[in-house]
This record gives sequence, C-alpha cells and structure tokens, in this order.
Amino acid sequence: MKYIDEFRDGALARRIASSIAREALPDRRYHFMEFCGGHTHAISRYGIKDLLPPNVEMIHGPGCPVCVLPIGRIDSAIELAARPGVILATYADTMRVPASNGLSLMKAKARGADIRMVYTCADAVAMARANPDREIVFFAIGFETTTPPTAVAILEAAAAGLANFSVFCNHVLTPAAIANILESPEVRELGTVPLDGFIGPAHVSTVIGTQPYEYFAEEYERPVVIAGFEPLDVMQAILMLVRQLNEGRAEVENEFTRAVTRDGNIKAKALVAEVFELRRTFEWRGLGEVPYSALRIKEKYRGHDAEERYGIAYRAVADNKACECGAILRGVKKPTDCKVFGTVCTPANPIGSCMVSSEGACAAHYTYGRFKDVPVVAAAVS
Amino acid sequence: MCLAIPARVVALPGPAEAIIDVDGVRKRISLALIDGVVVGDYVIVHVGYALARLDEAEAARTLALFAESGARLAESSRQ
Amino acid sequence: MSTIRAGYVRPVDFKHGRIDMTHGSGGRATAQLVDELFVRAFDNEWLRAGNDGAQIAMPPGRMVIATDAHVVSPLFFPGGDIGCLSVHGTVNDVAMAGAMPLYLAATFVLEEGFPLADLQRIVQSMAAAARAAAVPVVTGDTKVVEQGKGDGVFITTTGVGVVPEGVDIDGSRARPGDAILVSGTLGDHGVAIMSLRENLSFETSIESDTAALHHLVAAMIGAVPGIHCLRDPTRGGLATTLNEIATQSGCGMTIRERDLPIKPQVSAACEFLGLDPLYVANEGKLVAIAPAEDAQRLLATMRAHPLGRDAAIIGEVVADPLGFVQMETTFGGRRNVDWLTGEQLPRIC
Repeated sequence: MKYIDEFRDGALARRIASSIAREALPDRRYHFMEFCGGHTHAISRYGIKDLLPPNVEMIHGPGCPVCVLPIGRIDSAIELAARPGVILATYADTMRVPASNGLSLMKAKARGADIRMVYTCADAVAMARANPDREIVFFAIGFETTTPPTAVAILEAAAAGLANFSVFCNHVLTPAAIANILESPEVRELGTVPLDGFIGPAHVSTVIGTQPYEYFAEEYERPVVIAGFEPLDVMQAILMLVRQLNEGRAEVENEFTRAVTRDGNIKAKALVAEVFELRRTFEWRGLGEVPYSALRIKEKYRGHDAEERYGIAYRAVADNKACECGAILRGVKKPTDCKVFGTVCTPANPIGSCMVSSEGACAAHYTYGRFKDVPVVAAAVS
Repeated sequence: MCLAIPARVVALPGPAEAIIDVDGVRKRISLALIDGVVVGDYVIVHVGYALARLDEAEAARTLALFAESGARLAESSRQ
Repeated sequence: MSTIRAGYVRPVDFKHGRIDMTHGSGGRATAQLVDELFVRAFDNEWLRAGNDGAQIAMPPGRMVIATDAHVVSPLFFPGGDIGCLSVHGTVNDVAMAGAMPLYLAATFVLEEGFPLADLQRIVQSMAAAARAAAVPVVTGDTKVVEQGKGDGVFITTTGVGVVPEGVDIDGSRARPGDAILVSGTLGDHGVAIMSLRENLSFETSIESDTAALHHLVAAMIGAVPGIHCLRDPTRGGLATTLNEIATQSGCGMTIRERDLPIKPQVSAACEFLGLDPLYVANEGKLVAIAPAEDAQRLLATMRAHPLGRDAAIIGEVVADPLGFVQMETTFGGRRNVDWLTGEQLPRIC
C-alpha cells in the first residue's frame, strides 16, 4: 500500500534506531508521552520499544476517545437505545465498553435494543432518510479528527429537514487534555512524572494544524513533535525530540508534513465552529472534570441534539476501586503497576477503560507486549 | 487514535464524492471537508471522509529524511 | 418418507415458492420437497433408497467423525455460498485428522418464508461441491421454524472418514523445532464476507477461498506421513488456530510477518477497517506443523497442488511453558499474537 508500506520499512527503522541510540546522551533520561492512542497502538504492535535505548522511555497518554469516555455516558447511550422507536447508530469501538449493571451496548443489543454499527456517520443520516418512522440517534465520539464528519452529518440532516436524526455528542478536545496532564500535580509540582516532551497526534493535527501546540511548547517549555501514524514516523519523531532536548529547544516540529500544515484544515474547522460550541466542563474518565475540553451542539442545531431531545440526565459513575486507569491515562503508572492487570482485567473482561479499547495502554500491552513481562523468556530450540 | 489511511482518488462520481482505491479495494467517500481534489490525488480517509490531501513531495522528503539517518551512521563509522 | 404416488402431483414451484410450515411437518409436502430438491440434487443410491438413515460401508481403521453448523450471513458471497461452505467445512474437518472423508450427512433448519429459488441454488451448490469432492451426502433432515426464528437457513453437516495406518495427527503433537506452514493466502474469506455487510460496503475482487482440502492433505501425508498437526484456520483466523495448538501442545511459537502470504487487497481492506489479517477467517486454507527436516519436502508437495500454490513456511514451534505465540514484525520488533477476544470489530480509533 502506497504511503503506508514505505513508512513501515524495517531497514530504515534500524537506521533511525541507531541514530537515536547514538544521539541520546548516555547520562540523561528521556521521557516522552505519545498522546494519541493510535501511536500507543503502533508502538506496541510494531515493538518499537525494542528498538529504543533503555534511557528513552515512552509514557502512554489519554488520547483514546473510547478510553476517556465515562461510564455514565455509555449508560446514557444505552438508555437512548432503549427508548421506543430509537435506532442507535454507533462506531464499533463503543460496543464492548462495560457500563453500569453489567451492561454494554453489545449486551443491550442482545437484549433487544436496536443498536447498529456504522463505519461512517453518513450511514446514520442515510438510515434516518430510509426509516422516517424511526428515530435515529448517532453516538458521536472522538477527538478533532472525528468531529468534522459529525458536523457534516448534522448540517446535511438540517438541510434535508430530517427531524428524526439526532446526535449524542461526546466529542472531546486534544489541547485541553494535554493541558490537564501538564497541570497535574505529579507533573507540575511533584515532578514524579518526568515528562520531557510530547509526540503529537497525527490525524487530529491534519484538522487543527500545528499551531495549537505552540502554546504548550512556550508555556511549559516542552518540545512537541507532530508525528504520522506509521512506525517510522514515530521513530523519527522520537529522534527529533531527543535532538530538541539535547539542543535545549522547546519548539513545535512537524514530522507529518505530508498531511499536516500549521493551519490545518480550515474548511473542516469552520464547519465544526458552525455546528458546535464548547462545554464549560466535561468529565473524562480517569482525569475527572476538565474545563473547556468538550463540545456540544449549538442552539441553532439543537433540534438534532439527542441530549436535548430525549432529556437525558447524566449520572456520573465511579470507576472500580481497583482500577488504575486514571493514573495510567495520566502517565503516572504503567499497566503492570495495576493489581488487576492481566488477572481480573483482560481484554475479554475489561474492568476499566484502558483495557477496553484496543489502543488503550493496558489493552495494547496485554495484546502485544505482555510476553515481555514474564521472567521466563521464550527461547527457540536451535 | 483516528484510524485513517492514505488512498488514491480514482473517480469523482458526484458533488463532494470520490471513489478511492487502496491496492484494488474501492470505496465511496465524502469530500465535504476538502476542496479541489482531482483524480490521481492521494487523500487521508477517516470514517468515510477525506480529511486532507497527502502532499507527495513532502512524503518523498520525509522518506529521504529517514534514509539520512543511515547516511549519518555510515559517516560516523568512517571516522 | 412417503412413497404414495398420486395421479398428478404438481411440481414444487422453485421459481416463486417459499418455505412454509407444511414443509417441515413430515407429511406430503416434506416428502415432495425432499424428493424434488434434495434427492434430485444429491442423486445417490442412499438417498434414492428413501430410508431415514443410510447404511454405509466403512473400510477398516480408526474412524473420524466431525460436525459443523453453518450460519454464515450473507448466504451468497463472492466465491461461494452457505451450501458449498458447509460441504467444504466438514470435509476439511475430517481431513485435518489425516482421514479421507467418505460420507456426509446434512440437516437444514429453514425459516418460514425462505425463497425456494435460493434454497435450490444452495442445495445445487452443495451437490456440486460434494460431487467434486467425491464425498456423497447420504442422509439428512429438514425442519422449518417460524418466521423470525431463523436466519433464512442454517445447515449442519457431519462427516466420517478413516485415518490411514501410520498417521497420527493431533493438536497436542507440536514439538519445539517443528516447522509451521500455511497452504496459502490468509484472510480472503473474511474480507469477502465483510465486503457485503451493508454498513461497511467496500468494493473488492476478493473472493472467498472456500475449498475442499482433502486431496491436498492426502498428497501431504503421502510425502510426509509424520506430520504432527493439521488444522484449518476458520473463525478467529490463523492466530486463534496457532494459540489453540500451542495450548494443546504446551509449547510456544514464533512466526515471521514477512513470510505470511497475504493478498494486497486483503491487507488494504483490513487497514481500512482496523482489522488484523491474522484474525480473519479462512475457509480453504490449512496450517501444518511438521518436523523441521520434513519442512522443505512438505512445502514442495503443497506448492505442487492447485490449492497450495502460495504455501509458505511461516515459523517454528519453540519451547515455552507459557505457550505464547509471538511474531517477528516486518519492522524488526516482536509482538504477541494473542487469542482473539470476542468478535473482531472494525474500529475508527
């Protein structure tokens, strides 16, 4: 696949790895957070850790929209799906997230709720057209990459007068989450989480551009490198971060120049601004209430807002006491630090959000990397 | 996050619509979020929408940058 | 089965007719359907005898029996349908024990309202597959359930065969050092099916690889009678099959991503949907585990057969009490290839 395979080349990976090994100063430790769940997934899937020197450490961030979705919001989605006449259209990612009372969207579907998986929200709009006697609710999740498509869907529904189409909006914002991490006591004051730099999200940045990260580089004096999604992109970004730190720079650099510009996608941003506005605060699983971190539908399009339409009241639900997802999402703990990791909590039976999504730190480590945790190392018989 | 994949535009069947192709797999997607796409362009596709055009010159430049790592290595080992 | 003949019996309307509750009642309608559809299509001495069961002659040796329920949706897909799938699936299960499949039984659970034209198409496809495989469907049963209680049609096939002397193929026989081989490209069937799901719709020329593998297996056993394991990686894909065998045998495995045969279109479709080809179903492929010294000979034998042309050695069995299946990625790192948890769903993240 063009523009994919070339960026997965093992030979080039080893070259970049040797550059990192050579340029990382031996008496210094480097801690970088990859914000985006897709990068977490890539790091695990391609075994990038194996290619990094021991003094370069990756910390997994909260950029996984499924992982940070509070249980209470899934409960609301299940409640919506249970309303008579409603078809809940959702991306498949949400189907297995455990909610309250032992339910999930998958289990609610098995009990008779009309819940349908879609690849694109455009299909949810088509469903509304094809089923005028039903109420279609689209369960919208995602960071800034996924928000513009939802905006287009709402505008289309509004233009076509599709009164039976509404959106349950859970779109969240990247810069707010980054700020929240940098402001957390562990990072800011206590220094218990040394955080030297960020790998910025790939596709979020195609929409918002590199400009929003400049604030973090300046205010918190930490370099940010926007990296593409493929493993070579991630490795190159790590090299660029090492160089910035060695040279005492704290700038925003763009590794993903083939898709990201400083301004991003102006048209997409305008469409989002037309349809959505900031919520004053929003609960993030693991991070608590984060101000100005999420979107809701503007007054003009409230007719298509499922929360308004169905009067959904949000009820916060606390995480399982044994669950360390909050600390893991903030980079304070590792999956292996969690008492229930790999025992009670597995991808088959996820307790918390980090295990539910395949790009959550715990799921990624369990699925791709846990063989490295065990003291007995598998040895091939020669 | 945000599974998105670079795909080649092979047809423009309607206003704000494109047929994209990745190694023979074809899909109809929306161009509502970007303008000026022509057949032959590569676009980044996420949940059925093109988010950005892929700059092929920049892609080549980035790959060259990766290869440069190896060049430096060869240089330093000669010293 | 009724043998009463009427003066004139109106033939079953396969063009426009639909299954109704009388077809399952065991009376005249059932008899007629069985006669005009199943017996006519499968066309063999056992069905023509008209008994409830079939008397078969089994050669001496260890008998293998295998059964499979088929509930695939959609019923018709590029490269096949539920009919030929059900024949190939059970023929393959018997073959994976090293046995030559000899006879099949087939049951049909039909939903009220199911179009007879579709049923005829399915049964004829089954019959063609059975004929091509030289494994007759010698007995069967038909039931009808009310509308809404069945997905059109469910088919269960059961097959029997006999294992030749000197062949001992079992999931627990993998040993450290053994070579792991696959007979061809991975993920074709799953991708072909997914391309038809209405909420995913992508166009591809990928067809299901559904095929009867018993002749390929016979050739393989002929060349390497000491094969340790054979299994077809159906639901859950190659990853699930390897993990099953690793658990049964109490060892680990290492496979190499660069050696996995995968069609570019299958890779591309999986990229789109965020799926891993290792977990996508195959219906015409097998995994073989054999002593290292026999690997090249086995590979050559497989490649000489039309159903094994893309065969490859993909890795080795290793000593590992924890039974991890690991993969060397094309990238150069190592990762787990774990069990599949639940159904593999497409993702946006």
